[in-house]
Amino acid sequence: MTELRRTPLAALHERLGARMVPFAGFAMPVSYTSIIDEHRAARETAALFDVSHMGQIALEGAAAAACADHLCSRAMSTLAPGRVRYALLCNDAGGVVDDLTVYRTGDDAFLLCVNAANLAGDRAWIERHAPGGVAVRDESDATGLLALQGPASAAILAEVDGAALGELRRFRFARAEVAGRRVLASRTGYTGADGFELYCDAGDAAPLFEALLDAGREHGLRPAGLGARDTLRLEAALPLYGQELDGETSPLEAGLGRFLELDRDFVGAAAIRHRRHAGAARALVGFEVTGRGIARSGYPVLAAGEIAGRVTSGAPSPTLGRAIGLAYVPPAHAAIGTPLEIEVRGRAIPARVVETPFVSGKVAGRPTG
Amino acid sequence: MPETLIPDDLHYSEHDEWARADGERVVVGITDYAQQQLGDVVFVELPLVGSIVTGGEPFGVIESVKAVSDLYAPFSGEVTLVNDALVARPELVNQDCYGEGWMVVVRPAGDATGGLLDAAAYAKFVDQRSA
Repeated sequence: MTELRRTPLAALHERLGARMVPFAGFAMPVSYTSIIDEHRAARETAALFDVSHMGQIALEGAAAAACADHLCSRAMSTLAPGRVRYALLCNDAGGVVDDLTVYRTGDDAFLLCVNAANLAGDRAWIERHAPGGVAVRDESDATGLLALQGPASAAILAEVDGAALGELRRFRFARAEVAGRRVLASRTGYTGADGFELYCDAGDAAPLFEALLDAGREHGLRPAGLGARDTLRLEAALPLYGQELDGETSPLEAGLGRFLELDRDFVGAAAIRHRRHAGAARALVGFEVTGRGIARSGYPVLAAGEIAGRVTSGAPSPTLGRAIGLAYVPPAHAAIGTPLEIEVRGRAIPARVVETPFVSGKVAGRPTG
Repeated sequence: MPETLIPDDLHYSEHDEWARADGERVVVGITDYAQQQLGDVVFVELPLVGSIVTGGEPFGVIESVKAVSDLYAPFSGEVTLVNDALVARPELVNQDCYGEGWMVVVRPAGDATGGLLDAAAYAKFVDQRSA
């Protein structure tokens, strides 16, 4: 692990007994005790994740809003200060460069939170498409990011002076002081649970993580790693770049049409409109395995006895007690209830297209999935 | 790393399986070290009764939340009993790997435990990999 980068919390993770794995060039905790226990904590009480490896890019200047409008699949000039929007960066082939959340931090200022693995590519992409007069600043190394997720999240923040944050509605953010550390807190997350993402100075990340663990102990807060983060987001049917999304995949095929404003001109819009006109070649569906076995990323999917696609993400769902997954299939086989088969070690195991998200909730008036 | 349990009265393979010999019945499972490395066991695929297994070759599959791993036969023989409890409760492998988490009973074709490690040798083998 000596060549891997470390977040400000790496030493703390090791002290807590985390199993560390390489992820996007960082040494990250995959779990501390058990992926299933950590997953259940996020659904039943609360879980705390270190996601400091993710990238933060600031856009500033009089043309920042126009720049964000040009780059993102949804308008950002219409995003009010204090609000967050999920969107896509698309390429000229109509595929996806990255998925991200955009924060309106000022009249002429935006904070983009991007996937760790795509940070360098996103930075280059943004710089290439940014007009003069827009400052593009990579703040990733200076920023720590913690995700506090689960029904007890607001109560836990209240223990460390964050009671006012419980008033935040979903997809809103505020600056606050939590456990004596300045944070930007948003009511967002990647788990399908209620919760918050807390941006702080890199130097405050470890003390904040520890303060939250202490304050959250009586509320059932557990530290949680990337293993649980992945099973949680899968239950919420949230896409993962590199699995459901990539440079060739149309966001329309991924079912992300509601995050595209195709009547606007943004980078990639014309190509997506063209592909939409040509008709979708495939559709992303959620399925559950009805036979005995677990579907995993890369396994072939059969429809009407023929290979029709591949599983993009698959795992046992701790909440549902059965194996679930996402796969691209021909649109003719995408209807809810369609029988499919997943090839597991040479055998065809029955499965069925189901509604997504697999597990959902509603938080502060907005769906979490 | 937490302590791993290595009972004295068992034999062990370098694929982290244990064998408890009782005449023609040799019970086989995976060790405490193996279940710790795997994490939560969510699926176990075992051979049918009557299957022939070959020492050193895969005879089944064990899946954790994130990974799929082969199970290796510690010696050659015929499967005479399979732990069906692991179908509904694969977590028994984590909870009681030497007891309720047993996997198969095998009638050995020849010498079952001669080629295996004793507890002390297995403990050394575990230490080498944990360093």
